Amino acid sequence: MTDTTAAARDEAATPTPGLRARRRARRGWAWIVPALYILFLMVPIYWLLNMSFKTTGEVLGDFTLWPRNFTLENYRRIFTDPTWYSGYINSIIYVTINTVLSLAAALPAAYAFSRYRFLGDKHLFFWLLTNRMAPPAIFVLPFVQLYSSVGLFDTHIAVALAHLLFNIPLAVWILEGFMSSVPKEIDETAYIDGYSFPRFFVKIFMPLIATGIGVAAFFCFMFSWVELLLAKNLTSVAARPIASVMTRTSSISGYEVSLLSAAAALTIVPGAVVIYFVRNYIARGFALGRV
Amino acid sequence: MEKTLNNKAWFLVLPVLLLVAFNALIPLMTVVNYSVQETFGGGLYFFEGAKWFQQILASERFHLALGRQFAFTFTILLIEIPLGVAIALTMPRKGPWVSVCLVLMALPLLIPWHVVGAIWNIFALPEIGLLGRGLNALGFDYNYTRQIGSAWFTLVLMDVWHWTSLVVLLAYAGLMSIPDAYYQAARIDGASRWAVFRHIQLPKMKRVLTIAVLLRFMDSFIIYTEPFVLTGGGPGNSTTLLSIDLVKMALGQFDLGPAAAMSIIYFLIVLAISWVFYTLMMRNEERG
Repeated sequence: MTDTTAAARDEAATPTPGLRARRRARRGWAWIVPALYILFLMVPIYWLLNMSFKTTGEVLGDFTLWPRNFTLENYRRIFTDPTWYSGYINSIIYVTINTVLSLAAALPAAYAFSRYRFLGDKHLFFWLLTNRMAPPAIFVLPFVQLYSSVGLFDTHIAVALAHLLFNIPLAVWILEGFMSSVPKEIDETAYIDGYSFPRFFVKIFMPLIATGIGVAAFFCFMFSWVELLLAKNLTSVAARPIASVMTRTSSISGYEVSLLSAAAALTIVPGAVVIYFVRNYIARGFALGRV
Repeated sequence: MEKTLNNKAWFLVLPVLLLVAFNALIPLMTVVNYSVQETFGGGLYFFEGAKWFQQILASERFHLALGRQFAFTFTILLIEIPLGVAIALTMPRKGPWVSVCLVLMALPLLIPWHVVGAIWNIFALPEIGLLGRGLNALGFDYNYTRQIGSAWFTLVLMDVWHWTSLVVLLAYAGLMSIPDAYYQAARIDGASRWAVFRHIQLPKMKRVLTIAVLLRFMDSFIIYTEPFVLTGGGPGNSTTLLSIDLVKMALGQFDLGPAAAMSIIYFLIVLAISWVFYTLMMRNEERG
C-alpha cells in the first residue's frame, strides 16, 4: 500500500515520458468539444451573413451556400434610408441613457448594501431581484398606460426608464459583489484622513472598482440592447428601435428576406465590439461579481 | 465582511428605490386593479373579487400553457447545464485561444432577442434555411411551421444556441478560481479524472452553477420574444408558452381581467421558485 502511493508520488513528481504523452493525448483531443460548440454557434450567423449579401431573388429562388451574385445593395439601402438607420440611432440613444442612469443610481446603493446593515436591507435586496424575475409580458400594457399618462410615450427617455426595472437590480448586484471584495479598512483610513463621503467615493473608491463599473455598464448596455418587447410597445415613430422598423418593413413591402438579414446582421455589431473589451470580465459579471 | 449598523444608509438606497418603485409598483398595482375588476368599456369598472383568479386557475388553457412552460424550462436546463459544464472543462486554460473562445462564445448573448428569433426562423425554414433544407436532405421529415415535434426541436435548439454560453462562462470562471496546488495534490494522490471532477472541480463550481441555474430558470420561465418570433406559439398552440399566452390574452383579445389575474399567478410562481434558489445561493455564500 505504502509502496504504491510512494511510487505514484514519484511518478507524479517526475512524470515518465509515457505518462506525459498519455496526459497530453487526453488533453490533446479535448479541444474538439469547444471547437464543435463554436462551429454550432457560428453556422446560423454564417447563414444570416450569406443571405445578407444576396438579392432577395437569389435567396428565394436558389439554394446556394455562398452568394453567387455578391451584393452590398442591402447594406447600402440601410445606411442611406433614414427610416432604417434611425432605428439603430434610437436604440443606441435609449441604451446609453439607461446605462448612465442605472450606474448613477446603483453606485451609492451598492455601496450601502456592501458596507452597512440597515433596516430591511435583506428584504430590499431580494425585492430588487424580484424585478429582474418579473415577466416583461406582464408589464407591457401597464407600462404603455403609465408612460402615456405622464406624456413620455414614444420618447427615448420612456424606454430608458422602463429598462431601469431590470437593469438597476442587475447593476446593484454586480457592483455590490465587486465592492465587497474591497477591504473596509480603505474606507476607514480615508475618513480618518479627513475625506468627506462624496470625495472619498469619487476620488478613491470608484477607481478601485473601475473594473466592476465597466462590467456593470456592459451588462446594462447588453440587457437594454437585447430587450425589444417593451422598447417596441413604448414607441411608435419618433423613438422606435430597429426591431420595430424590421417588423414594419416586412409587413409593408412584402418579405424582403435579404434586406432583413442585413439589418439583423448589423444588430450583432455593437455587441461584438463591446464583448471584445470586457472578454476577461464577462463571467465575473454574470456571476454578479461573486466568483 | 463585518458590516456596521447604519440606518442612514437608506439615503444611499433612496434613488434606486424611487426609480424601481416607479417602474415596478405603479404597473403592478395597475395589474392588481384589473385582476379584481370587470369592465365593459367607457371607464366603467365593477368589483369582481377573486372571480378571474378562480377562472384562470380552473382553465385548461392555463394548465396547458403552464405544462408547456415547465416542459420547456426543464428540457433546456437538462441540456444547457451539463453541456455548459462539459465545454468549460474542455476549454483551454491559457494561451491566445482563451480570448478567441470567450469572444465567440459570448456573441449569441449580445444579439437582440428579436433578432435571435428571426435568425432561427429563417435558418430552419425547409425551403431556404440551411437547417431545414439540410435535415430534409438527410431524410428527416422536418417542417417546424407544421409539425409539433419539429417546432419543439427548433425551439429547444434555439435556446441551447442562445444561452448555453452563459453556463459555459460561469462554469469556466469557477474553474479558473481553483488554485493550481489543488490539481498538483490530486496528481500526487493519483486521483482519477472523475475524482478530480467530483471532489475538486464540482465543489468549486457549486456557487457559480447555482447562479447559472437561477438565471437560466428565471429567464427561460419568462421567455417571450424568441419563441414568439420563431413560431408565434404554433403550430396550433403547441409552443404557446406562458408569456405568449398572456400577451395573446391581454393585447390580442383584450381580456384584461383574466390576463391580469394570470399575470399575478405567473409572477408568484416565478417568485416562489426563485426564492428557493436564492436562499440556497445565499446559504452557499455564507459558508464561503
